[in-house]
Amino acid sequence: MLEIKNLHARVGEVEILKGLDLTIGSGEVHAIMGPNGAGKSTLSYVLSGREGYEVTSGTVLYQGKNLLDMEPEKRAGEGVFLAFQYPVEIPGVSTMNFLKASVNSVRRYRGQSEFDAMDFLKFVRRQTKVLNIGDDMLKRAVNVGFSGGEKKRAEVLQMAVLEPTLALLDETDSGLDVDALRIVGEGVTALRSPERSMLVITHYQRLLDYIVPDVVHVLADGKIVDTGDKELAIKLEKNGYARYAEAAA
Amino acid sequence: MVAVTETVDQVELVEKYKYGFVTDIESDQAPKGLNEGIIRFISAKKEEPSWLLDWRLKAYAHWLTMKEPNWAKVGYPPIDYQDSYYYSAPKSMDDGPDSLGDVDPEILDTYKKLGIPLHEQEVLAGVKNVAVDAVFDSVSVATTFKEALSKEGVIFCPISEAVKEHPDLVKQYLGSVVPYSDNYFATLNSAVFTDGSFVYIPKGVNCPMELSTYFRINASNTGQFERTLIIADAGSKVSYLEGCTAPMRDENQLHAAVVELVILDDADIKYSTVQNWYPGDENGVGGIYNFVTKRAACRGRNAKVSWTQVETGSAITWKYPSCILQGDHSVGEFYSVAITNNHQQADTGTKMIHLGKNTSSKIIAKGISAGKSQSTYRGLVKMMPKAEGSRNYTQCDSLLIGKECGAHTVPYIESRNKSAKIEHEATTSKIADDQLFYCRQRGISEEDAVALIVNGFCRDVMQELPMEFAVEAQKLVGISLEGSVG
Repeated sequence: MLEIKNLHARVGEVEILKGLDLTIGSGEVHAIMGPNGAGKSTLSYVLSGREGYEVTSGTVLYQGKNLLDMEPEKRAGEGVFLAFQYPVEIPGVSTMNFLKASVNSVRRYRGQSEFDAMDFLKFVRRQTKVLNIGDDMLKRAVNVGFSGGEKKRAEVLQMAVLEPTLALLDETDSGLDVDALRIVGEGVTALRSPERSMLVITHYQRLLDYIVPDVVHVLADGKIVDTGDKELAIKLEKNGYARYAEAAA
Repeated sequence: MVAVTETVDQVELVEKYKYGFVTDIESDQAPKGLNEGIIRFISAKKEEPSWLLDWRLKAYAHWLTMKEPNWAKVGYPPIDYQDSYYYSAPKSMDDGPDSLGDVDPEILDTYKKLGIPLHEQEVLAGVKNVAVDAVFDSVSVATTFKEALSKEGVIFCPISEAVKEHPDLVKQYLGSVVPYSDNYFATLNSAVFTDGSFVYIPKGVNCPMELSTYFRINASNTGQFERTLIIADAGSKVSYLEGCTAPMRDENQLHAAVVELVILDDADIKYSTVQNWYPGDENGVGGIYNFVTKRAACRGRNAKVSWTQVETGSAITWKYPSCILQGDHSVGEFYSVAITNNHQQADTGTKMIHLGKNTSSKIIAKGISAGKSQSTYRGLVKMMPKAEGSRNYTQCDSLLIGKECGAHTVPYIESRNKSAKIEHEATTSKIADDQLFYCRQRGISEEDAVALIVNGFCRDVMQELPMEFAVEAQKLVGISLEGSVG
């Protein structure tokens, strides 16, 4: 499904990813944990095609296609979804309108018919219940004045309606209290399916109590330095990242 | 008006290629140039009474003593006022298309692209002026309107017809809000205006339908000088829409219109404009000079006027729809979106003149600049000594797309009454890279993302537009910003 080989990437003059290898199979949920500055967010931006993140060498194959050649919107059409660590505000554009523009763009790309307003509302409401999102929130401008929990729930809602094949969750637990964490975690878990792979990027273990990963990786200094199962995450929580930092240095 | 001179023959070739139907219509044109004879020619064509001819001639004599204003933040080569036609009309009104099926398919396509279905086009159609009304069968549509409207006593007709049919009303109000001596372009208009709309809403009547005028400059080398006069008598209410387009030509054409609104006690006029004159090409060649004077006089107590404008077209826009708040408790509103791209220039805003007690005004202006364009908000808020307890709120936001454009805000505030309150807020922002990336990550193309973000930015103004125009205006935002990113 996703095959990353020897990926090097830099931001400006600074090399952040230094030969990262990672393979994710269909339907698998992988977690990437690591200290601050290890390159976790850079990985999510490189995979989603953000400008300013320059790949200097390595390959990324996604469903057999060269992901790095594609524009961000094309990647979205192909099923790559990034849940942002810091969702962006778009004043004056209602969440509902934004969702509709987004879903219809992606559906157009996939050769599916576009939703009209009524059908779309029904489609969205099927998802909002699970995430405890009221119609009121859909009327508000995208992320404007949203609490931390609302922003992350809105991200998961977008993920649900866009039906991605590869979901990248960048520190989705940041800024969440325990209740919001549970709602978001359960929301994401409900979206697990044999066709949908996920890459969950997190600093803390606690999110993984709700989204139980098949594989856990440790990212330090731009490379995967350790791989294991759920137990690895629990060990990390106890012992911290110190030994990886030393090993890398 | 031409900055780049072209022979009529060359332009006709262009017309045959782009708008073949034009050749089927014989035009009745005044000789090129501007002089007293031309003004007499126009007046004679319109079979005008002598008082109106005298008024035109007074305006022309005054215009000759005036200098073209240069205080606006716009630049253009000198206009040769002799190198233009001041009158051009189809020889026979029967030459107009009989039904929508006869209308140039290219124009219908334009409207399709703008998302307006045919039945709405009929609703949007109104009277035509000056050149060929190529888009709608203005005569039959206008007749339909007239019958329905006359039951309520509403008068809606070309101003040239009103001069004949309702001379007292025209004589009483024409030039009463924008006098012939007002400013260079309004004075020119007073001398040579050819047509425009006239509306009278009688006492206590809530106009049963939206009134609209669709302006189109069609003939080449022709200036358009329409004059619109709307009178809302006591307790009446009307919503009026105007739309504007012009063919693509590589000459610059002058559009110097005057709009006068008169609002009496407890009356209410909502005036909406979607201005989509040809803006010139991406190198700044061609396009309309849109030098327009629009003013509303709230003469009565509790009179209310609301200007809403979406300005996306024209090479240069120079207009300040204004409100004279004379009646106590009268209200003026100005909602504006001005979008400039490529080499367009816009210097636009409003004037709120508070004369009466407890008058209030609100200004929401959104300027969007892209490409190498320049956009200026220029607004005056003036509280006169008797404007006891009056208020103004101004919000003025600019959005920049790219690095070569400019946005400027020039507010003038004058208060001569201590109890008056004036608030002014202004912001300037850019479309952030993270907003664009966020949209693109959600599958939305860069151009669609810009349109979405800009429409969000303009939302406060867009929601003031009547439903029929809101859809068109939103699409226009996207179209006019095409090519502004990437």
